[in-house]
Amino acid sequence: MGSTSAENSGSDHNDAAGVGRRDLIRRSAALGLIAVPTMSFLSACASGGGDDDSGDNDSQGKTSKSNPFGVKKGTKLDVVVFKGGYGDDYAKAWEASFKKKWGITSTHTGTQEITGKLQPRFNGGTPPDIVDDSGAQQIKIDVLNRNGQLLDLAVVLDAPSVDDPSKKVRDTVIPGTLDPGLQEGKIVALNYIYTVWGLWYSGKLFKEKGWEEPKTWDDFIAVCQAAKKDGIGGLAHQGKYPYYINVAIMDLIAKKGGLDAMKAIDNLEPNAFVGSEAAQAGVEAIYEVVEKGLLMPGTNGLTHTESQTRWNQYKAAFITCGSWLENEQLKQTPTDFDMKFMPMPLLPDSELPFEAIRAGSGEPFIIPKKAGNLAGAKEFMRLMLSKEWSTTFAKEANSLTILKDGVDPSVKLRPGTQSTVEASTAAGDNTFRFLYTEWYSEMGTAIEAASNELMAKRIQPKEWLKRCQAAVDKQAKDPASKKNHRD
Amino acid sequence: MRKGQYRFVAGFLFAPVALYLIFVIWPYIQTFGYSLTDWQGESQTFNFVGLDNYKALFQDDIFLKAIWHNILFLVFIPVITILLALFFAFMLNAGGRSRAGGVEGVAGSKFYKIIYFFPQVLSLAILAVLFNAIYRSDEGGLLNGVLTKIGLVDSQNPVEWLNEPNLVLWALMLVVVWHGVGFYLVLFSAAMQSIPRDIYEAALIDGAGRSQSFFRITLPLLWDSVQTAWVYLGIVAMDMFVLVSSMTANMGAYGGGPDHDSEVMATVMMRNFLYYGKSGYACAMGVVMLLLTLVLSVVTLRATRRDRIEY
Repeated sequence: MGSTSAENSGSDHNDAAGVGRRDLIRRSAALGLIAVPTMSFLSACASGGGDDDSGDNDSQGKTSKSNPFGVKKGTKLDVVVFKGGYGDDYAKAWEASFKKKWGITSTHTGTQEITGKLQPRFNGGTPPDIVDDSGAQQIKIDVLNRNGQLLDLAVVLDAPSVDDPSKKVRDTVIPGTLDPGLQEGKIVALNYIYTVWGLWYSGKLFKEKGWEEPKTWDDFIAVCQAAKKDGIGGLAHQGKYPYYINVAIMDLIAKKGGLDAMKAIDNLEPNAFVGSEAAQAGVEAIYEVVEKGLLMPGTNGLTHTESQTRWNQYKAAFITCGSWLENEQLKQTPTDFDMKFMPMPLLPDSELPFEAIRAGSGEPFIIPKKAGNLAGAKEFMRLMLSKEWSTTFAKEANSLTILKDGVDPSVKLRPGTQSTVEASTAAGDNTFRFLYTEWYSEMGTAIEAASNELMAKRIQPKEWLKRCQAAVDKQAKDPASKKNHRD
Repeated sequence: MRKGQYRFVAGFLFAPVALYLIFVIWPYIQTFGYSLTDWQGESQTFNFVGLDNYKALFQDDIFLKAIWHNILFLVFIPVITILLALFFAFMLNAGGRSRAGGVEGVAGSKFYKIIYFFPQVLSLAILAVLFNAIYRSDEGGLLNGVLTKIGLVDSQNPVEWLNEPNLVLWALMLVVVWHGVGFYLVLFSAAMQSIPRDIYEAALIDGAGRSQSFFRITLPLLWDSVQTAWVYLGIVAMDMFVLVSSMTANMGAYGGGPDHDSEVMATVMMRNFLYYGKSGYACAMGVVMLLLTLVLSVVTLRATRRDRIEY
């Protein structure tokens, strides 16, 4: 290596090995250069070898009317829960109740690292029994389903309800809330929490300034302009996660063009964006906010917590979010803030009424096909859709579940949550929900990237439409996408 | 060599070599195997697809963009860090005003050494939090706050440092350089202190100034350390995963924004591996990363080869 050190060092011990100390260090550094960056990521690739046994049957007991799945007393249940905005106290309470009822002890794992903890277990064929697969590090449901890891939940949904055995479980939930769990024609995830999406404002700020909740887009722009005059930003969004502004754009599209405009996108039609009047009107409306300078300054680069906290500090009139917002901001919200939810304002000649909202279920609970205690997991899920457990959830996590009238009236709700209940009553059947985000992660990313550019004024609505259409067309070429369709 | 010495040496080497084979070499081999399949990451069912993943890779604009970003990092991070570290190290050790018969650093050099080393004790995660606060895109950010106060930036239009295609890579680079300079300063200082003083004194007597003694004496005698620094900074530049994924706008998952303008190979790979479930494809990216780093390390070690002077 052109080195004179080993020869001249005068040390016989080194000569024996033929490698100088410095050479050794240098070579190991070179090895490290290869090893370190690749190693840390690739080790995830290494599998422990496949073990494709399906769940063992030791945990299967006799079935009966009150025990439709044959739960066996004294077995164990492995529960993994995403410990995010909703915490995991509700799950602990459920597990305690489950133990009382069935004598089944649960192993409880509350974590944010769903992928890190579970990917190796799925891959190795030893998944937990029931999982709340959620959060930033969730394992995407479409990915799990394509790998054949998920139990078709029809068995649970067709079982008798706990509260009223004459009804099937699937008939006790709010209509449409099971749909987001649909993959390739089967319901494989129970999206347990009922969420509505739209705009949020402070009742207190609006009262002080004498602003009215805007029903049309023009009124919305007017409030934003009034706010700007008073040194307050108009619209805030969580720019570092373009998911949020997409909620606003897509809601405008769906309300302008009706359910057909929404389904065109979910069904990957060649005119989903380019050539769709609704899509054009929706994106141009959002761009109007950008162009007129009505965004909260700097909001494009803020994280969700930064942006939402600014909004809590009255730095913006509106923010776009789902109904987890109130629970997420519990600590940052001033006591007299009076958080209010409202549907996305209407563009002229919209197909859907003002009251229409994006609503539906979130927080997917899944049962792995290879779960060790399948019977226990199914029973656990059946109990989740009982009034008792649903009320437990509302109390512990400050949020509604998909169970119809699922909360005991004795539970007093916070102002934001209360306003979402009112909004969803007013909406009635006028709810909608995009599914492309659940079906096509890659297309979703491309649309988010385009929206990020739009908000930063680096592209115009025309270009946005083109890029979104390109993402749709690309996804349509994937043969796997033929299996998803909604009517 | 004495009889039996090889066996003796091999006895000691067995455990580490076995660990290396199991935890480094075997995953590489597996990764290569997976890269030829359409594995989706969550089960052990997959089909053999030959070189399809590799073909797709070279048409993947996002991955090609990411390679380019890594190359930029590879050029700039080591150069800037090493130059700054060398300059500071020289000033701290030999840059002081030359007094008769002595070579010293600038006044207060011990104090500076500690200050410069500070960033190194912070973990990357803390660094990300710290610089997120500095680069924050509204007036709450340190940079925007200061620039607004002195009137260089309009408070209605703050600079979105990490959301500007032309700024984001430089912003990330600054973090790495700030973090690294202190460590290499200490490394170079240690090496400088082992350079015998009489060489400097001889140069002084011959009338060499600061820059001459730096370029003619310090740098050549420091070459080994510089080379090592280069290799380690190369590792940093090829990685960058933590900072990109925790500081830049989210492109589905693992940062990379705006519009994939800060993407590095590791973030693209992780997104494909876990978020899109295109794990076989991601493994192909891993293999390409391995090959690139291999080439890089060979080139680095060859290109910087010099004769060594013993003292």
